[in-house]
Amino acid sequence: MADFKLKIRRFDPESADPAYWADYDVDLPPERSVLDGILQVKDREDASIAIRCSCRAAICGSCGVRINGRSALACNTRIGDAAEGGRDGFITVEPMGNMPVVKDLVTDMEAVHWKKVRRVVPWLVPAEEPPEGQEYIVPAEAMLDVTQAMACIHCGVCVSACLSLEVDPDFIGPAALAKAYRFVGDPRDGEQEARLRDLAEDPHGMYDCTHCFACVEVCPKDVAPMNQIMRLRRRATGDFDIKDQNNGYGHEHAFVGIVERWGTNHEAQLLPRSFGDGSLVKGQLSPSGAQQLARELPTALRGLRSGKVAPKKVFLHPKLPDQKQVRRIFHEIESHDERIELNLYIVGEMAGDEEGAMAEGSQEA
Amino acid sequence: MPQHDVLVIGAGLAGQRAALAAAEKGASVGIVSKVHPVRSHSNAAQGGINAALDPQDSWESHAFDTVKGSDYLGDQDAIEIMCREAPHELLELEHLGVTFHRDERGRLGKRAFGGASAARTYYVADITGQAILHVLYEQLMKYEEVTRYEEWFSTALVQDDEGRIAGVVTRNIRDGAMELFAAKAVILATGGNGQIYDPTTNALICTGDGIAMAYRIGAPLMDMEMIQYHPTTLAGLGLLITEGARGEGAHLYNAAGERFMEKYAPNKMELASRDVVSRAEQTEINDGHGFPDGTVALDITVVPRKRIHEALREIVNVGRDFAGVDITREPIHIKPGNHYVMGGVHTDIHGQTPIPGLYAAGECACVSVHGGNRLGANSLLDTLVFGRRSGEHAAKAVRGMGMPEPSRSSLQDEERAIQSIVGRDGTGRRVSELKAELGQTMDKYVAVFRDEAGLDTALGIVRRLKEEAQDVAIDDKGTVFNQDVLGALELQFMLDNAEAIVISAIERKESRGAQFRTDYPDRNDEDWLKHINVSVNRAEPELSYSEVTMTQWEPQERTY
Repeated sequence: MADFKLKIRRFDPESADPAYWADYDVDLPPERSVLDGILQVKDREDASIAIRCSCRAAICGSCGVRINGRSALACNTRIGDAAEGGRDGFITVEPMGNMPVVKDLVTDMEAVHWKKVRRVVPWLVPAEEPPEGQEYIVPAEAMLDVTQAMACIHCGVCVSACLSLEVDPDFIGPAALAKAYRFVGDPRDGEQEARLRDLAEDPHGMYDCTHCFACVEVCPKDVAPMNQIMRLRRRATGDFDIKDQNNGYGHEHAFVGIVERWGTNHEAQLLPRSFGDGSLVKGQLSPSGAQQLARELPTALRGLRSGKVAPKKVFLHPKLPDQKQVRRIFHEIESHDERIELNLYIVGEMAGDEEGAMAEGSQEA
Repeated sequence: MPQHDVLVIGAGLAGQRAALAAAEKGASVGIVSKVHPVRSHSNAAQGGINAALDPQDSWESHAFDTVKGSDYLGDQDAIEIMCREAPHELLELEHLGVTFHRDERGRLGKRAFGGASAARTYYVADITGQAILHVLYEQLMKYEEVTRYEEWFSTALVQDDEGRIAGVVTRNIRDGAMELFAAKAVILATGGNGQIYDPTTNALICTGDGIAMAYRIGAPLMDMEMIQYHPTTLAGLGLLITEGARGEGAHLYNAAGERFMEKYAPNKMELASRDVVSRAEQTEINDGHGFPDGTVALDITVVPRKRIHEALREIVNVGRDFAGVDITREPIHIKPGNHYVMGGVHTDIHGQTPIPGLYAAGECACVSVHGGNRLGANSLLDTLVFGRRSGEHAAKAVRGMGMPEPSRSSLQDEERAIQSIVGRDGTGRRVSELKAELGQTMDKYVAVFRDEAGLDTALGIVRRLKEEAQDVAIDDKGTVFNQDVLGALELQFMLDNAEAIVISAIERKESRGAQFRTDYPDRNDEDWLKHINVSVNRAEPELSYSEVTMTQWEPQERTY
C-alpha cells in the first residue's frame, strides 16, 4: 500500500478537455515534502505533470501551489502534515489562485504577479548621488527592517491567498506592496513621499487591503506582507499626513480623540468628527465635511433606529469613571518621540533578553 | 528572428550583471533564461561576498588567501583582478540598493569566512545571493534596453562558416516554439552542473547546459576534475547549511564529542578551506567516528541566539523545515555534499573563450580564479566581476560589426532532434532512472576521495548512460511547458559534463585541492602544477594542458 495519495489538478491547454483531477500513489517517509511526492510521481509514473520547481529548499520560490486548498510552497510542506489536512485520505494539489493556469500546476505569474511588481516602481531611486568610494551610511536597524521585505522570494503564494485580490483583481496585492515597502523603508530612497501618495491615491493601492491576514498566514518566508502594507500606511499618515480616500485617517483621529476624552466610543460624534479630521466643528461646518456627513445621514438614522446610538447619549456621553488612567496611557504613548515600528522579523533587541531573540514564525514555544 | 548585439544565456548573478554592463556600454542586449531570473540558483548563495574594503585589509591579502585556497592551481593574474575590483563591485551593488548588513556606525558590516586571513565577507543576513539577485533584477526591470526572454530553454550554440559565434537555438517553454536568435556575441552564464551528483546542494536547474553547449562546439573545458564538496550539507537531501554558521563561530564534533578539526587544521579549525574541512569530516566518517547516519555534528548553539536569528535566519528555517532540528538549541547532523564546480569553459580575463564571440562567466566558466578549491564567498564575487567584464568587453568588441545571419539549418537540426525525442515509442529507460544512476555513480566514485579503479568504473557507467540517453522514454508529447523533453535534453548536457569531469579526474595523478587521489595522495608540483583541458575532437574528448599563471606567489606547503 502506498504511503500517501495525491490528487493533482491536471490541465492540458492543448487538449479539448477541461481541467480534471488525477490520483497518484506516493511512497515516501512523512517528513519529505509534497514536492518530493509530486517529483516521485513524475519520475515513476507520468513525467508530463507540469510544475515549476528548482531549489527544493524554499529559496527559489518556484513551486507555489494550493495544497488541500491552502496556498503554500510544495517544497516546504511536509507530506505527512499535508495528509493530516487532506480529505478522504487524499492530499489535493492544485495551481495557485488569482492567476491564470498555463498547464497543470503552472500559473501565469507574469500576467498577474510581475505586472503588479512593476507597478510599484520596483527599483531604488536614490535621494542623492552615491558617495564617492564608499557606501551610503544608513542605520543598521533600517537595513534589518527592510531585510524582511527583501526576504520575499516572489513565489506568489500570498497573491494566491489574497482575498482582496479575489474581489478586486486590480488590487496591487500583498507581494508588490511588500516590495514597495522595501523602498519606502530604505533610507537611501528619495521618493518615499511620492511612492506613498501614489499608493494612497490608487483606488487599488494600499488601502484596498482588508487586513484578513491570509498573506501573513501563508507566506513561507515570514515576510508578513500585510504588516508591510500597514507600515506603508503608518508612514503615509505619520510622516506625510497623507489621507486615504476611505477617510480612515479622519476616522482614526476622531476615534482616538473621543477615547482620550471619554474613554469609550461616542457614537454620535464619531461620524461628524471623522469627516473633520477629528474635529467636530470642522466636520460639520467645512463644505466637504458637511457634504460627506449629509451622505452618511442614512447610516446615522439607522444607528438611532437600531439603538446603537441612544438619543440621550447623543448630547451627554458619560466619561469612564477612571478616565484619568486612560489619559495616563495616552500621555505615556505620546511621550515617545519616535514611532515604534512593530517589526517582528528580528526581535529581542533588549540586552540580556536571550529568550526574546525569537523570530516571528519560529515554532518554538 | 530576434537579434541582439549581445545575447546572454542564463539570468543568475553573472548573466544579469553581464547584461547590465553590456547595456550600459550601449549594446542591444537580450537575456535568455530557462527559468524566471529570480529563480536562478544564485539565490542559494547565503553567506556573502568577499572584498578587501576595510583599510586594514588589502587586496593582496585577499588574493593570497584565494591562491592558497586554490592549492596554487588558480591563475594569479585573474585572481589579482578579481580581488582588486572586489571593493568597487561591492560598492556598486550597495549603490544600486542591496541592503547589506550595517555596523553600529551605519557602515558596511562583515563576517569571517573559511580560508580567509581577515573578516572580509559582506552580507545580507544569510540571503546575500538572493538580495543581490533581486536588486539586479530590479535594475533589469528598470532598463528597458535589455530584452528579457524568461522561460526560454537554449539547446545549441550556432557558429558561422568561419567558426565565429552567430546565434543560439532556443525553445520557448511556454509554447514549445523553436526560435533562432542572431547575436554578435553570446555570453554563457548558465551556472554549475551539481545535478549530475546525488545528493547535491544544487537546484534542479543546475544541469551544466552552457558548459555542454560550449563543449559541443569545441570550446575547451578546464579544471573539470575540481568538484567542491561543501562541508555542511544535510544528509540525504543535500541541502546547504551556510559556511556563515562556522563564520559566526559554530563548531564541528564527531560522534565521540571531539572537536576533530584540531587534528586537521589546528590554526584555522572549522574555518580552514572547504576541501580541507570536507576531507576531515569524510575521514572521521570513514574511520567510524561519525554518527550512524554517516554524518558529523555542526553545533551552532555556541552562537548567541539573537545573532543566529539576525544573521543565520534562513538556516533556522532550513533546520526546522527540512531536518526537524532547532539549531539554536541542538547540533545538526551534516556531511560533505556536492556543491560547486571550480572548472568550466576556459576563458581569459575578459571572459572570452577561444571561440570568437563566445564568452562565459560565473560558475559555468573557468578563468581560473578558484583553481583546485574555491573559497567561500568568492563565488558571488567571481560572478559579478567577470560577469561585468564579459558584458563590457563583448559590448565593445561588437561595435560596428554587422549582424550575423546564423544558418537556419541549425534550427532545423534542433527541431528534428526534439521531434525524434517526442516521437519515440517509449521503450527506453526513464530520464529519472538514468539521472539517479548518474548521480549515485558520481557521488560514489568521483567525490571527496577518488582512485583510479573507481574513476574507471564511473567512466564506464557514464559512457553507457550516454548510449541509453539516446532513447529515453518520454511521456509528454505536447508543446506547452513540456518539462519531460527538456529533462531529456538536460540529461544529455549532464552526461557531457560528467564525462569531462571523470576523464580529467583520471588524468590528474596527484592530490590537489578538491581532487584527492588515494592512489596518489600527495601534491606533485613538478608534474601537475598545470591545468587539464578537455575538448571535443571529432566527437571524442581530447585532453591537453595549459600553464598556471604565476605573478607573485610561489607554491608553498598548504596548512591551515
